Amino acid sequence: MSEAMRLQVVVVGAGPAGIRAAEILVGGGLRPIVIDEGERAGGQIYRRPPQGFTRPPEALYGSEAAKAVALHRSFDAMAAAGRLAHHPRSSVVAIAQGRLQVLDTEGSRWIAYDRLILATGAMDRIMPVPGWQSAGVYGLGAMQIALKAQGAALGRRLVLAGSGPLLTLLAVQLLKAGAQIAAVLDTTPMRQQLRGFTGLSARPLLALRGLMMRRRLAGLYHAGVRLERIEADERGPVAVLWRDEMGRSQRTACDAVGLGWHLRAETRLADLAGCDFAYDGTWRQWLPEADAMGRAGHGVYLAGDGLRILGADGAEIAGRLAAAACLQDLGLPGPDIAADRRRLARFGRFARGLAQAFPWPAETAASLPDETVICRCEGVTAAELRRAVDFGGGEVNRAKSLGRVGMGRCQGRYCELAAAEIVAGSAGLPCVAAAGRLRGQAPVRPAPIAALLQDTAAEG
Amino acid sequence: MSTAASEAAGRLVRLAEADRAPLRFFLDGSERQALTGDTVLSAVLSVAPALRGSEFGPELRAGFCLMGACQDCWIWQEDGPRLRACSTPLAEGMRLLSDAPGEWP
Repeated sequence: MSEAMRLQVVVVGAGPAGIRAAEILVGGGLRPIVIDEGERAGGQIYRRPPQGFTRPPEALYGSEAAKAVALHRSFDAMAAAGRLAHHPRSSVVAIAQGRLQVLDTEGSRWIAYDRLILATGAMDRIMPVPGWQSAGVYGLGAMQIALKAQGAALGRRLVLAGSGPLLTLLAVQLLKAGAQIAAVLDTTPMRQQLRGFTGLSARPLLALRGLMMRRRLAGLYHAGVRLERIEADERGPVAVLWRDEMGRSQRTACDAVGLGWHLRAETRLADLAGCDFAYDGTWRQWLPEADAMGRAGHGVYLAGDGLRILGADGAEIAGRLAAAACLQDLGLPGPDIAADRRRLARFGRFARGLAQAFPWPAETAASLPDETVICRCEGVTAAELRRAVDFGGGEVNRAKSLGRVGMGRCQGRYCELAAAEIVAGSAGLPCVAAAGRLRGQAPVRPAPIAALLQDTAAEG
Repeated sequence: MSTAASEAAGRLVRLAEADRAPLRFFLDGSERQALTGDTVLSAVLSVAPALRGSEFGPELRAGFCLMGACQDCWIWQEDGPRLRACSTPLAEGMRLLSDAPGEWP
């Protein structure tokens, strides 16, 4: 075994960033461990259905089919040749002293690393809407996963609401697959969407494709909408109540609702690994800090949407750069990265354009009615959160201990951003960043007590 | 999907890949049919509107993110640990419960 082969680099996540990172590491003579929650590599955007499904890549990934296939093939070939160690259906739940605690179907164990590349991706950024706790309300990403990985729609008559590129894309994909869509409700007014245009022109073809898609939604699409309430019975949603751009009340009957305001980065592991965070005003979320290559210190490298929300193409580049930096720091030869760095800068401009074109409606969050459930896990309302702020002040970790928002089993992934706006608004803070950042806690996924006990025994 | 009645009861609508081999499972003791390759979530929601009740409110739970991030979709089994329905493949003969088993505290 060569010296390089003995160095253990672990990649967490097998989406576009993780796969490209693994490729560069393998090219540098390493044999990385790739830990991923999916059954098959691909991540969420290029998620693959289980074995035995028959839709061709063009049906699953549309215009991006070639990219998806290239990534899947590359990863499968490396795994088959034993050039990397793939741990599918495995979750990293904790990081301590250069080791990762990994949960899989067998239980818990610790894996040591010399260097760590985190490519943990992103999730739907969610704004609570009164009634969103009812069964049959999903993230837009969930509806896309159901379609892609299971060939299914999560209802007979869908309303998609929120803002961002996925809203339009998913609507088109669902319609094409034969789903019935009652309305596509975009909370961003058209004039605001045009403001992001300067940034979007960094990738003109992609911007154009988005506009063409929008045309296919014809009368279903409404911009500048205000979402008032999801009306539900004991089975789930029956209608979405909303106001159109003119302020007129509208009611759209449905049996399922998809919500999403673009994406938020999955940063829990970066937090546990000791990365610094900074509040990013464009994305209105706390993001981990790294240099232009993805170096975050402590032997940790970040890539993909978990670092900066650049989408799948940007993630591929960021994955390559992070792995190249890792090789460089280990004193191993790496690829030429000049072209990748230029492309990443261009993708960054486009992504900021998107963030401006489809903003997070912060003021809606701050003014959510008292009865709105904010924490969907435990049914904590805006009123309860505001009371916690009155009592304990405008800091999100205090509000969490006192009001339990962020303490449920999603650990704040879906309520944290709206909750922070409410905390800041309620305490009269000058900006949401002043309310602080919710600290990450291990385990970042719920872990059965048995697995932790077994682990303690083994550590003994 | 075996009968029109169970289709009406379910939330999930199959749009593609519906010619997979059938797979049998049990929900609250009754035999149900799903398809090979279904997740536990797809299988249950193809015959029922939800996975279980909420422990913090009157509403039902049917999953939210489908990517293992929200933890909304766990479901009981007659024996063995609770499952995260969105990321667990359905296995032949699985016995699932939409409510806590009798001995649950």
